[in-house]
Amino acid sequence: MNRLLPQPLFSLFLWLLWLLLVNSVAPGQVLLGAVLAVALPLLTARFWPDRPRLRHPLKLLRYIAVLLWDIGLANLTVARLILGPTKRLRPGFIHLPLDLEGDFAITLLASTISLTPGTVSSNLSADRKTLLIHALDVEDEAQVIAHIKQRYEAPLREIFE
Amino acid sequence: MLEILISLFLLIGGIFALIGSIGLARMPDLFMRLHGPTKATTLGVGGILIASVLHFSNRGDGLSLHELLVTLFLFITAPISAYLIARAMLHLRGDKDA
Repeated sequence: MNRLLPQPLFSLFLWLLWLLLVNSVAPGQVLLGAVLAVALPLLTARFWPDRPRLRHPLKLLRYIAVLLWDIGLANLTVARLILGPTKRLRPGFIHLPLDLEGDFAITLLASTISLTPGTVSSNLSADRKTLLIHALDVEDEAQVIAHIKQRYEAPLREIFE
Repeated sequence: MLEILISLFLLIGGIFALIGSIGLARMPDLFMRLHGPTKATTLGVGGILIASVLHFSNRGDGLSLHELLVTLFLFITAPISAYLIARAMLHLRGDKDA
């Protein structure tokens, strides 16, 4: 089982992805999708030298729900900042010390930061210990860091490490 | 009734896409310009896609969900292009940690 399906969740994801792409659940497509879902992880196994390990799939679903909600809020916040007076904005760079270690988890965190209110990840330091973030309007740097750590990084750590 | 709902989502999507573009034009420096397109456009495209799901699911050909994929790919690619642009800018400025 493990040799045929090295990444079961990845396979499940690919299978659903295929069914959505063809927009049909005809038996032929279901079968073709299943074949791809088994073949692709096997063929790309070399690209995942340290495979991300999903410890708590249910917590990942919760994380995605929180993320979608925050993306909605982010749009409203940024819309308000964009339409308001630009002179009153206090843009700045923030150095976020990272506790995460896996490549995949760091990528997820960086993407999350870019999609959520007022922040865009700009650079990961060479030693992978700090993430440079640009914020559109910072009032208190420490507060932004604490917020990101508690709302996004802590759940990601629980899920992947 | 359904048409009103679809139009509403199209309008919301259009407004947010517009706001994102205004941000791109209005902000004073490159880093601030990145914020509009990475965020406001996700809801902009999202709204238009919800309208598309509603419209095509009600034509009698069954549920149409592949619009969800557009959203998914947008969420994956938007942060990456923002990151690349920001990093290129840091590099041009000669920042030591870029």
